Amino acid sequence: MSMTSNSSVVSAKDLCLTFETNDGPVNALSNVNLEITKGDFVSFIGPSGCGKTTFLRVIADLERNTGGTITVNGMTPEEARRARAYGYVFQAAALYPWRTIEKNIALPLEIMGYSAAEMQKRIAETLELVNLSGFGKKFPWQLSGGMQQRASIARALAFDADLLLMDEPFGALDEIVRDHLNEQLLKLWARTEKTICFVTHSIPEAVYLSTKIVVMSPRPGRVTDVIDSTLPKERPLDIRETPEFLAIAHRVREGLRAGHSYDE
Amino acid sequence: MEKPQLFRDRIFPVLVVVLAILLIWHVFVFVLNAPFERDQAARAGTTITFSELLPKTFNQERPVLPAPHQIVAELWDTTVNKPITSKRSLFYHAWITLSATLAGFGIGTVLGILLAIGIVHNRAIDRSLMPWVIASQTVPIIAIAPMVIVVLNSIGISGLLPKALISTYLSFFPVVVGMVKGLRSPEMMHLDLMRTYNASRAQVFWKLRWPASMPYLFTSLKVAIAISLVGAIVGELPTGAVAGLGARLLSGSYYGQTVQIWAALFMAAALAAVLVGIVGAAHTMVLKRMGVKP
Repeated sequence: MSMTSNSSVVSAKDLCLTFETNDGPVNALSNVNLEITKGDFVSFIGPSGCGKTTFLRVIADLERNTGGTITVNGMTPEEARRARAYGYVFQAAALYPWRTIEKNIALPLEIMGYSAAEMQKRIAETLELVNLSGFGKKFPWQLSGGMQQRASIARALAFDADLLLMDEPFGALDEIVRDHLNEQLLKLWARTEKTICFVTHSIPEAVYLSTKIVVMSPRPGRVTDVIDSTLPKERPLDIRETPEFLAIAHRVREGLRAGHSYDE
Repeated sequence: MEKPQLFRDRIFPVLVVVLAILLIWHVFVFVLNAPFERDQAARAGTTITFSELLPKTFNQERPVLPAPHQIVAELWDTTVNKPITSKRSLFYHAWITLSATLAGFGIGTVLGILLAIGIVHNRAIDRSLMPWVIASQTVPIIAIAPMVIVVLNSIGISGLLPKALISTYLSFFPVVVGMVKGLRSPEMMHLDLMRTYNASRAQVFWKLRWPASMPYLFTSLKVAIAISLVGAIVGELPTGAVAGLGARLLSGSYYGQTVQIWAALFMAAALAAVLVGIVGAAHTMVLKRMGVKP
């Protein structure tokens, strides 16, 4: 395993992952090279089947790479998972329906053996962070889809992981809710100084949120472009109409086109 | 949506069905019991008119099919008019059967849950045990029951336990099948979440699999409690008709006491309804505590 610098959070070299299926092998990831440093907000964008979710799952040790190397906080993904190095937010909120919102946030804390007092403190803090104070006693079905997803983000933030992995967390929500949550997510990122990996298939979302945009393309899943954003850290929603924003969005679109993503 | 009305939507449909059953029943009481009366009349060398025949068919000592009022009278006589400790009290016999039912249900539930946990967590157990679990239910209980009683009796175990074990034999099955399904019911995402927390197998079980399986458990328990009762009654048949609802059925059939048989059947049905009702209420209560959307 290669040495990584202190600020490296994720380092992938020639990463490959091949799924064996009944129709033969599928190259989900092919020779992916990527460096993610501390404090980055990295978006992964590309069409279905480009391996963006698979890459996130490899970081999380929910899938194993079949070639190349990857380190997370300088460790193997499995070691990093055992060290509880990251919080994972899924496409759906995945709250346990028999637990109230605060009990859902308490779930990782219970598993990791936090004291009752510490749990109470962290539940209150994270609920406040995602603007859900006062909803702790509600059951998930009593909340809207956007609020449920915010609760699931609170759950991922409740323990001390510096890395947040988000797999199309707002994909199922309508655009108005989505805009609002994106704005909140940026504020949260600024406040907590976490490193965020964010999978999306929306170009404006990727450009608006990220310091680094990874453009991917399918068959085989690979990285076609890595764009470092020139936008300032402070980003009001109307930054999306500035020429600078549109230029980056254009480059993302070009990257997707170069990967023949529009062919099918 | 209209507001549901208790009488129109709940009571009325049930009443209609009850009335229909009673009507058909009365017709059959006449049809099935009339040949005996005609036979009697023929032997006495007299003819019998319809108006004479009709009341007789409803008041026979040992009818082929007793009339509902005879069964009600027998039920009343053997419950209200007899002290509860009397061997002639139907409550006494119901209690004998109930105790075996509850013991068998308890053992069956625990056994079923333990087997399901083993099956879900261990591939070898899954492969080796599941076929036997299914095969066990293809053997008719009526064939096994006497053997269990005889074998256990020969090693000095008699009374409640052999009957309870027959109940267990029937009731563990729905619990195993339901709980295997229930413990495997969590979605992939909920399981992945546990993996991201590096949760232990015990934590995954208690915090995810177990609560997720509750609806399956209670559905299984409703089936299990009903067939536990069937098991206890069947278990009483080869015990030589000492006590219990099964014994009442057996002695009733020995002496042609059809009214007694039907009274015991109704008692068993009422008992089953109460037991299933209790499990159903527990189900509702648990789900309510688990915050299920009303």
